[in-house]
Amino acid sequence: MTRAVTLLRYLLGHPLLWPAATLVCLFAIDVAHRANFLSITLLSGHLFGAPVDILMNAAPLVVVSLGMTLVIATRGIDISVGAVVAIAGAAAATVLEGDPSQVVLAFGAALGVGLLAGMWNGLLVAFVGMQPIIATLILMVAGRGVAQLLTGGQIIPIGAPGYLFAGVGYFALVPCDVWIAIAVTIVTALIVNQTALGLFIRSIGVNPVAARLAGLSSQAVVFGTYAFCGLTAAIAGILISSNVRSADGNNAGLLLELDAILAVTLGGTSLAGGRFSLAGTVLGALIIQTLTYTTYSIGVPPEATLVVKAVVVLLVTLIQSPAARAFAARQLRRAAGMRRAAENAQAHPGTH
Amino acid sequence: MSASPLLETHGLSRTFPGVRALVNVDFRLYPGEIHTLMGQNGAGKSTLINVLTGVHQPDAGEIRLAGAPVQFSTPLEAEAAGIQTLYQEVNLCPNLSVAENIFAGRQPRRRGLIDWKAIHRRAQAALAELNLSLDVTQSLDTYPIAMQQMVAIARAMSVDARILILDEPTSSLDDSEVTRLFEVLRKLRDSGIAILFVTHFLEQTYAISDRITVMRNGEREGEYLAADLPVQTLVAKMVGQQIARERLQPGNEAQVPASAAAAASAAPWLSAHGVARRGVLSPLDLDVQPGQILGLAGLLGSGRTETARLLFGADRADAGDVSIGGKAVKLSSPRDAVRHGMAYCPEDRKKEGIVADLSIRENIVLALQARRGWWRMIGRARQRELANEYIAQLGIKARDAEQPLGLLSGGNQQKVLLARWLATEPKLLILDEPTRGIDVAAKFEIMDRVRALCAKGLGILFISSEISEVVRVSDRIAVLRDRRKVAELNGHGRSEDEVYDLIAGGRR
Repeated sequence: MTRAVTLLRYLLGHPLLWPAATLVCLFAIDVAHRANFLSITLLSGHLFGAPVDILMNAAPLVVVSLGMTLVIATRGIDISVGAVVAIAGAAAATVLEGDPSQVVLAFGAALGVGLLAGMWNGLLVAFVGMQPIIATLILMVAGRGVAQLLTGGQIIPIGAPGYLFAGVGYFALVPCDVWIAIAVTIVTALIVNQTALGLFIRSIGVNPVAARLAGLSSQAVVFGTYAFCGLTAAIAGILISSNVRSADGNNAGLLLELDAILAVTLGGTSLAGGRFSLAGTVLGALIIQTLTYTTYSIGVPPEATLVVKAVVVLLVTLIQSPAARAFAARQLRRAAGMRRAAENAQAHPGTH
Repeated sequence: MSASPLLETHGLSRTFPGVRALVNVDFRLYPGEIHTLMGQNGAGKSTLINVLTGVHQPDAGEIRLAGAPVQFSTPLEAEAAGIQTLYQEVNLCPNLSVAENIFAGRQPRRRGLIDWKAIHRRAQAALAELNLSLDVTQSLDTYPIAMQQMVAIARAMSVDARILILDEPTSSLDDSEVTRLFEVLRKLRDSGIAILFVTHFLEQTYAISDRITVMRNGEREGEYLAADLPVQTLVAKMVGQQIARERLQPGNEAQVPASAAAAASAAPWLSAHGVARRGVLSPLDLDVQPGQILGLAGLLGSGRTETARLLFGADRADAGDVSIGGKAVKLSSPRDAVRHGMAYCPEDRKKEGIVADLSIRENIVLALQARRGWWRMIGRARQRELANEYIAQLGIKARDAEQPLGLLSGGNQQKVLLARWLATEPKLLILDEPTRGIDVAAKFEIMDRVRALCAKGLGILFISSEISEVVRVSDRIAVLRDRRKVAELNGHGRSEDEVYDLIAGGRR
C-alpha cells in the first residue's frame, strides 16, 4: 500500500508526467474516433499502421528538437534549423545529380554543410557575442538563399536508391527514419549523460557567471551545442529530402524551427535555460506529430486545422505550467468554498 | 552658505521586509554646498536617496523643500520640483547625439517640427555653462564615460535643477576624469546649486566636500563640516562603536593563527607585480605564501574585490606580471587560474557562486569536473562519495546530496562553495567576504575550517569588510585605500587602530 503511494507520488511529481499524459490523451481521442487506430499490421516484412506513420513522420522533428534542446538549455535558441535542413538536402541532391552512385559522398556533404552551418552560428553566439536569436536569424534568412543557389532555384529530384533508403526504406520491419531518430536520441543521451557535457550545459544555462568562475570554458561548450544542433538539422534534412525524393530549397524544413522550439517546450525544458529533458523533447515532438495526425483523422476541416492545433498547444502549455495549475486549483477551492457557504446559508437561514 | 536649508528631512523612516533601512533620519542640504553622504554597505545611503527622489515613500517622517513639506510619489515629481539625480551608470542613450540626449523628451519645436538649430545651439550653451565644448551632433558613445557624465549633468542643469544628487559618479572614472568632474561640480556649487554626493572614496570626499553626513545601520551617525572631521574619526563613525567595544574584550587576541611560524619564511606561491587595470585598480604588488593567510583590509570600493578578480583572471589586467611557484604565468580567464591551482569564492554568492537549480552534488563537483574537461567524467559513484564526504566534513545541513543548492541557507551554500573548491585541492584559495550574510555559528565554523586548511599548507587570500575579522585571522595584512595598496603589515599583535589609521591615510 505505502509502496503504491510512494510510487504514485513519484509519478505525480515526475517532470515527464504532463507530456506523457498529453500524448496518451491524444491517442485516446484517436482510438475513440477509430477503434483500430492502434492496430499494426505486418505486410511483406513491413509494419504498417497509424502509430508507425506517426513515428516515421515525427522522425525529422525528433532529431532537430534534440539539437535544439541542448541549445535552449544554454539559454540560446537556433531559428536557422529549417534553413539548414534545406541546405543539407540541396547539398546532397547536388552531389547525386552529378553522379547518382556517390551516396556516401552525398551523406557526407549534407552532414558537412550542416556542421559548418552550426559552427557558424556557434561562432557568432559564443565568440562574437551576438544575441542567439539574431545570430541564427542571419542563417535562417541566408540559408534559404544558399539552398536555392545550390538547387538553381529548381526542385531537384533524387533517385539514388542508396540515399532513398534513409527516408523510405525499412530495416527489421521498421522504417529507417525511425531507426535513425532512435539512434540520434541514444547518441545524444550518451553524450550528455556519459560525459560531463550535461553538467556543463545545465550549469551554463542556470548561472553562466558562476559557471565561468568555476573554471568552465562556456564559450567552447556553447559553440559545441550550436555545432551539434546544425548536425541534427542536417540529419533531418537527409530524412526529409529522402522521404520526398527531392530537394526543395524553398519549402524543405519550412517553419521546422518553430515546431522544434515547441517540442522542446512541450517536453518541459524552460526557454530560460538550465535543466533540460531529452526524453521530454522526444515526447514533445511526438505530441506535435500526433496532433497533426489527429486533426486530419477526426475530420477537422483543413482550413481550421491550424487554429485547432494552436488551441491545443495553448491548453497543453497552460496545463504544464505550475503557476497556471496553482491558479486553477485556487479558483476551484474558492468556488467549492462559496458553494459550501451558500449551502450553509440555505440550511440555517438567519443565523447571522 | 545661506542660513536655511533647501532640502531637509525630519524623522524619516523606511522599513523593508526584515530590514530597517532608515531609522528616524534628520538630514539637511543647503544651497551652494557640496554635501557628501558616507557609510558602509547597507548603511542606508541609497534608501535615503531613493526616498528623497520619490523612488520609495517613507513610512514616517517628512521631507521639506525650501521650507514647504513635499511628498514625491514618483521620481518624475521630484524632478519637476527641481531635484535631479545621476546614478552610477550613465543613464542616457549612447546611440543618440549629445544634443538629443540633453533635450530628449522636450525638444524645442518650430511649426510642429523639431527645431534642430535651436537644439544644437542650446545644447552647446548648456555645455558651455560647464566650461565644456563638445561637438553636440556626435553620438554620445563616441565620448568617454567621464564626458557622458558631464552631458548627463548638463541635461540635469538645463531643466533648472536646484538640487543635484550624484550616486557614486566616480566609480568608473580615472584620476584626471575625477578632477574634471570636480571642477564642474564646484562651478555648479558656486552658482548656488545644492549638491548631494555619494562616494566610497575617502580622498575624494575630502577633496570636494563642504559638509559630510555619516550614516550607519540606517541611522544618521552625525553631520560634520568636512574641515572639522579628522579622517580617522570619519572611518570610526562609519564602522561604528561596536567594534571598539569588541576590541576591549580580552580573548580575541589569543587566537593567533597556528600556521604562522612554520610558513613565515617560505617562498611565495603566488607573486604579483604591478597588476593593474585602468579605472579599477592602480598597480599593486602582492605575495601569497603557502600556509599563510594574507588579509586584504580596506573600505568598500577600496579595490579588495577588484584585486581578487584580477588575480583570478575574472577580469583581465592591463598591466603587471604574475608568477606562480617562481614561474611566470598568464591568467587571462578563471579557467587558467583554476588550472594553476587557484580557487575563488566570490563576494556575491547568489549571482556568481551557486548554481541554484543544480544539486549539491553537481555544485560540488563542478570546478573539479571543469578542470578535468568534459570527456573524463567523474563517475556517479565517485561524485556521490565526494559530495557526502564534504557534507559530513563541513557539516552541511541538507536532506541529501541531490537537494537543489538554492533551497539551502546562506551559510550552507557558502560551505558547498567551499567544498567545490576544496575538491580541486587548490594551492591558493581566495575568499571574498566568505562570512557575509551568514549566521554567527556558521561564520565561526567557516573561519575555523579556513584556519585548519591553512595549517595544511594552503595559501589564503582573505577579504572581509569587517576589519576585526581580518586582523584576527591574518598572518599578514595588505591595506587598500582608494584602489591602491598603501601598506602591508605583519598581522600578529596588530590592533585594529593601526589598520584604521592606514585606511584613513595621510590626512589627519
